[in-house]
Amino acid sequence: MGQTIAEKIIADHAGLESVTAGQIVNVPVDIAMANELSAALSIKELNNWGIDRLFDPQRVCLIPDHFTPNKDLNAARISTIVREFANKHDVKWYFEVGRAGIEHAVLPLEGVILPGQIMVGGDSHTCTAGALNCLATGMGSTDIACAWATGEVWLKTPQSAKLTYTGKLNRHVYGKDLILYAIKDLTTSGATYMSIEYHGDVFDELPMADRFTMANMAIEAGGKAGIFKFDRKTKELVESTPRFKAEKPSYKTYRPDNDANYIIEKTYDVTDIEPQIACPFSPDNVMPVAEIKDVKIDQVVIGACTNGWLDDLIRAAEIFKGRKVDRNVRVIVIPGSQRIARQAFDMGLPQIFIDAGCVFSTSTCGPCIGGHMGVLDKNEICVSTTNRNFAGRMGHLSSKVYLANTTVAAASAVMGRIGLPDEL
Amino acid sequence: MVLKGNVYKMEDNINTDVIMPGRWCHLTDDTELAKHCMEDYDGDFHKRIKTGDIIVADNNFGCGSSREVAPLSIKAVGISAVVAKSFARIFYRNAINIGLPIFESTECAESTEAGDEVEIDMFGGRIKNITKGKEFSFVPFPPFMQTIIKKGGLKGWVMEKLGKG
Repeated sequence: MGQTIAEKIIADHAGLESVTAGQIVNVPVDIAMANELSAALSIKELNNWGIDRLFDPQRVCLIPDHFTPNKDLNAARISTIVREFANKHDVKWYFEVGRAGIEHAVLPLEGVILPGQIMVGGDSHTCTAGALNCLATGMGSTDIACAWATGEVWLKTPQSAKLTYTGKLNRHVYGKDLILYAIKDLTTSGATYMSIEYHGDVFDELPMADRFTMANMAIEAGGKAGIFKFDRKTKELVESTPRFKAEKPSYKTYRPDNDANYIIEKTYDVTDIEPQIACPFSPDNVMPVAEIKDVKIDQVVIGACTNGWLDDLIRAAEIFKGRKVDRNVRVIVIPGSQRIARQAFDMGLPQIFIDAGCVFSTSTCGPCIGGHMGVLDKNEICVSTTNRNFAGRMGHLSSKVYLANTTVAAASAVMGRIGLPDEL
Repeated sequence: MVLKGNVYKMEDNINTDVIMPGRWCHLTDDTELAKHCMEDYDGDFHKRIKTGDIIVADNNFGCGSSREVAPLSIKAVGISAVVAKSFARIFYRNAINIGLPIFESTECAESTEAGDEVEIDMFGGRIKNITKGKEFSFVPFPPFMQTIIKKGGLKGWVMEKLGKG
């Protein structure tokens, strides 16, 4: 019986010929990651368990990004706890503020995670790394503590869903639109417990950034993972990281068998897909942007882990160049990482953002989670390139978040209302 | 092992931003977590809940973030179990790992109302709505998960693995 990508990665790690969906196995974990919030709880658990030795500090990754640079005394305390833990255990992958950025943008670009590996992370968007043809999934702090202590986690082998995108892309339609379109079709629970595989020739026409965006939002359909094929583009990215150049680590790549079994198979003709927007209060409340009329906005967030890649900043800058943000709107641009920010500076992008009237922020999850750097007040409306818009997500319970791609967000910022780049 | 309590009824898609808003995600202490559980949904939640109460909800309970403070706060506030038509996957896993009993039963969710008294036979696969005089079954956990649950959470499994069990 043919195997899907997730089945193959799990079987290989578990030392089995093959696995079936539903089968529970123990697997060694290549990387177990946490941010400062999830790490704080994991560290507390390890203390409760009386464990003072990590299975392998080379497989541990700690990266503060949610409430950092420390937004208040509580954040400062937690950052210290995590830093001290990293130092005590000689954690290989500890990323201090100023040297990294948002976890899901940092790990692939620094070469922490490689194709074919299994990564678990104390954040639901850990699935982002699946763009590199690996199995990456979000878990809670107790699971992460378990991985740190034992080097393993228990896994229930997921069913797999196959999404195939065919046809020719329209203007201003990117990975964000393709995944929003699928989430509307599947709903927020349509892919629960599944490994979503993304297929189709359209990905030859899109940069890696769009694969990261789509893998990032697998969880919004309930998915356990979001995985792409390994191809020339993947290889180019993987082998360009500083870690790869220094260590030349070996890695394995996986493709599904032709007779692999998928519980869901969908084909989307992208010729039919226009820019999409997820309306309050759910990532599956999706419709074409063109159907939204007269919604004035107060804030725009461009970037973070879903759309904070260099390609996203380039797209946003193309909209902002020579234009000004509407006087009633605040815009916060958040590059995914310091590396991306530095590349943006080399290209003159932050100057464009600042000239247009945007904040150019340091990398932080900040407003996405309603933490800092752009919390919404009562009844405020935000267009955001982030990944979740449940009630109260970005601030006041009455505030509203619409999720869109980078050019829609930028165009809306200029117009002061939700709208399309082609309206400018 | 049997759990018994009064029902707090909820609907579809109770997400982790509802269960524990992002602004409290720095908390690690149970007493503090209990105070803020569901606070935007029901400001009096932690006062309303009596130890042993049972949440009965519809589909996709716990969707959204992997934040473990979500199931931790539910447990801390005194809820003894959550029954739902279906659970989101990270929440489901987290609940088992921290020792918060969870059960999937569409029938129970559809026939149960707020305030009903409900009894759950954890490993026997049966839920009884005592108030309405109805019984429902649920698919028992796989043996591996039963082991974790019986040990009160993942700690037992970890200790065994490390030879400290």
